[in-house]
Amino acid sequence: MSEYFTAEFLARAQFAFTVSFHIIFPAFSIGLASFLAVLNALWLWRRERVYLDLFEYWKKIFAVVFGMGVVSGIVMSYEFGTNWAAFSDKAGPVIGPLLAYEVMSAFFLEAGFLGIMLFGRERVGDKLHMVATAIVALGTLLSAFWILSVNSWMQTPQGFEIAENGQFVPVDWWAIIFNPSFPYRLVHMVLAAFLTTAFAVGAVHAWHLLRNRDDAQARKGFSMAMWMALLVTPVQIFAGDLHGLNTLQHQPIKVAAMEGHFDREGDNQPIYIFGIPDEEAGKLRYPLGIPYLGSLILTHTWNEQIKGLNEFPREEWPPVGVVFWSFRIMLAIGFAMMVVGLWSAWARLKGRLYDSRALHKVALWMGPSGFVAILAGWFTTEVGRQPWTVQGYLRTSESLSPIDAPAVAASLIGFVVVYFLVFGAGIYYLLKLMNKPVVAAAATPDKEPTPVLAPQFDPDFLPDEDNGGNGNPGGNGNPGGSGNSGNSGNKGNH
Amino acid sequence: MELDLAFIWAGLIAFAVLAYVVLDGFDLGVGILFPLGKPGKQRDVMMNSVAPVWDGNETWLVLGGGGLFAVFPLAYGVIMSALYVPIIVMLLALIFRGVSFEYRWRAKRSQWVWDWAFFGGSLVAAFAQGVALGALVQGIPVEGRAYAGGWFDWLTPFSLLTGVAVVVGYALLGATWLIYKLEGPLQERMRQLSWVFGLGTLGLIGLVSIITPFLEPVYFERWFSLPGSLWTMFVPVLMIVLVWLFFSGLKQGKELQPFLAALGFFVVSFIGLGISFYPYLVPPKLSIWDAAAPDVSLAFALVGAVVLLPLILAYTGYAYWVFRGKVKEGEGYH
Ligand code: HDD
Ligand code: HEM
Ligand code: HEM
Repeated sequence: MSEYFTAEFLARAQFAFTVSFHIIFPAFSIGLASFLAVLNALWLWRRERVYLDLFEYWKKIFAVVFGMGVVSGIVMSYEFGTNWAAFSDKAGPVIGPLLAYEVMSAFFLEAGFLGIMLFGRERVGDKLHMVATAIVALGTLLSAFWILSVNSWMQTPQGFEIAENGQFVPVDWWAIIFNPSFPYRLVHMVLAAFLTTAFAVGAVHAWHLLRNRDDAQARKGFSMAMWMALLVTPVQIFAGDLHGLNTLQHQPIKVAAMEGHFDREGDNQPIYIFGIPDEEAGKLRYPLGIPYLGSLILTHTWNEQIKGLNEFPREEWPPVGVVFWSFRIMLAIGFAMMVVGLWSAWARLKGRLYDSRALHKVALWMGPSGFVAILAGWFTTEVGRQPWTVQGYLRTSESLSPIDAPAVAASLIGFVVVYFLVFGAGIYYLLKLMNKPVVAAAATPDKEPTPVLAPQFDPDFLPDEDNGGNGNPGGNGNPGGSGNSGNSGNKGNH
Repeated sequence: MELDLAFIWAGLIAFAVLAYVVLDGFDLGVGILFPLGKPGKQRDVMMNSVAPVWDGNETWLVLGGGGLFAVFPLAYGVIMSALYVPIIVMLLALIFRGVSFEYRWRAKRSQWVWDWAFFGGSLVAAFAQGVALGALVQGIPVEGRAYAGGWFDWLTPFSLLTGVAVVVGYALLGATWLIYKLEGPLQERMRQLSWVFGLGTLGLIGLVSIITPFLEPVYFERWFSLPGSLWTMFVPVLMIVLVWLFFSGLKQGKELQPFLAALGFFVVSFIGLGISFYPYLVPPKLSIWDAAAPDVSLAFALVGAVVLLPLILAYTGYAYWVFRGKVKEGEGYH
């Protein structure tokens, strides 16, 4: 027990808790911001109402998500000082300026143009509004650029020397910013944000399709999301593979933990699908592996092996179980996403994209998958870096603030309570918003105005397990259904 | 001539903090005054008067913190450890008020919850900022490269006083902002309240200014020994001019002048504090140069600041200009 009541453990728990909440929102807003920019551009270009409807719909959701991202992010920027003062003092000269660039080049940009994007279409006109929307999207990407550079430098530090007072002193900024793991991490994270958003958007529209498969906006939204799933997932898996190879080069212990690879056994390296890492004994229990695959993926040969954990000193090991399992969760989701993407392509070819209830149900269930994968990925990365904060140079135990455990415990409790209350409420409001179908803008003259009356649904009703199947009495007799863009029958319950 | 990068950066950080205080000051102030609006329409308008700009305003806080981290990492670590409790309280409070901007429109039956979260969050955040300020002015013990006090050292009568002063001051900024942005009975109400908050703010600024020189011998010297005091006379004189502008503006029914004068109160008090502090960043031990990061870091960050800060000011100004004029009922996208 007392082992867990040290300021160090509590500070780590607090950081992990707050940053895990934080990443959920920015990941969604990075993706949504770009999605909104695309929708707005399509609306201005093609002048098809459906794009504007979708824009207005997702804009509201974006505003809520963005707000949650901002407030949880502000906590992060102060937490380095409150909990990791020694780390701040030492690593500040290197990563501080990068974070300052993030604030100056990204946060102000987002914040400055967000108001115009949300409130300003009438005030500034379509063109400037489009510019503001694009700038917000750019801001979120710049934000990812800088913060991932910082994080990657902590994983693969270079371009500095260490001064007498213990501080990291920058020598080469280019080397610092473009440190070896940064390009991989940036690509992988941005794709992750896009995929996460695609699956969340896809799930919402799948839900609307399950209730009314003629819903024109839901069709468009679902189709766009499934294109993303189909095209981006393979790229992401490829990028993830490269990312792993890069990590093998720079953080071999982390990869050994990810693979559950303790010792060289036999003449090739399998990929373990399952197993229970036993750190005490230094081996993987109940291993279930595919022979040769590990050698193939990690070394691009038939039977070369990578170094196992037992070849490294124990005090350099990360907690193996967490790394091993979170990595597998991410991979499983990655492949599940690919399956959904392929399925959607097949359904599209058969002209059943909007009619396959099974596909819609699966897409609904995959809604949260991206968030889980992102958290799992970050746990792999960050726990895998332990026991270091700056790999190889600064230990986590030397990074702490001189704060008493009770203070950290109290603030940890404060964060847990407040986050669950506040973000719990936020997620509830988001689900409520998502539950409503997209409202078609007030009858536009060029679309057929006859609304088909569809059954009313309680807007407070949230998706749950057995509802997906029976919510759609209306749409059965209408396969194909193309050209139905004017249908706005069930949009009455705004 | 060698550029004194640490000195330039101290100026820039001071500017960021000041920008934060005056900008978020008025929108936190609107939150503090929130219960004075009638539930529903009046409160909608109050909130909409700051909704398009509050995020930008709060970003100055991130720049203040992030900038300190970048260029004075030692001070950042020491201050955040010493002020652990008020900082965490402030962060938690800012969460409540930040999310209310969106949640409030999404909630139907429970709207009152977010009205109170907006009010409570703004009030507590303002108070915590004031307490943090007071605790910094009192001085922070440092040994080696770390904070050397307990986790309740910040709590003194003086820091509570500065907490109250900041709350009242922000309420004043909020009230005068609303005079500028609103019309009708609520505007009238704010005009009356501005008298009260104005007098309150000035009284509290006076009280804090009288106590401060006695907290640290350095402060005292700075203010009361020649030739420095000739220089420092400038501060009270400027204040008197602002006080005159403020009250005459209120009396003549001007809409913008009271707000600008109230901002002026903050600027002048801030300059006064700066005079006391200089050259310390964490009194009484760490000077600007003790706490500064190596010159390579300062120079690299400065390039960004020189290019980006003017741009930021320009587009922030543009955003304010887009949303100029009175807020109308029923505006907004919700
Ligand atoms: C939608 C999210 C998502 C999906 C489907 C995947 N990943 Fe991932 N992964 C992330 C989201 C993510 C992440 C959250 O973005 C991480 C955490 C830190 C980082 O750089 O990216 C990550 C980290 C991460 C790492 C750790 C690198 C390190 O710490 O040095 C590896 C090796 C992979 N990923 C590999 C993969 C592979 C082979 C995937 C294919 C199945 C995959 N990821 C799918
Ligand atoms: C947003 C996604 C992220 C998640 C989910 C995440 C997760 C975690 C977790 C779980 C830990 C605890 C590891 C342990 O103690 O075993 C941790 C530690 C930490 N991470 Fe991250 N992290 C994220 C991003 C970042 C970024 C971008 C940075 C740097 C800018 C960062 C810096 C740190 C630091 C300083 C610690 C504390 C020291 C340590 O335990 O190593 N993290 N993070
Ligand atoms: C420990 C690390 C982190 C810190 C200190 C941090 C800090 C912050 C801060 C202060 C904000 C609010 C900005 C504002 O006022 O507008 C913010 C928002 C944001 N952060 Fe983080 N952040 C961290 C991790 C991450 C990661 C890992 C990502 C993504 C890869 C990310 C992406 C964003 C984005 C896109 C926003 C904009 C708000 C939003 O989209 O919800 N951050 N962050």
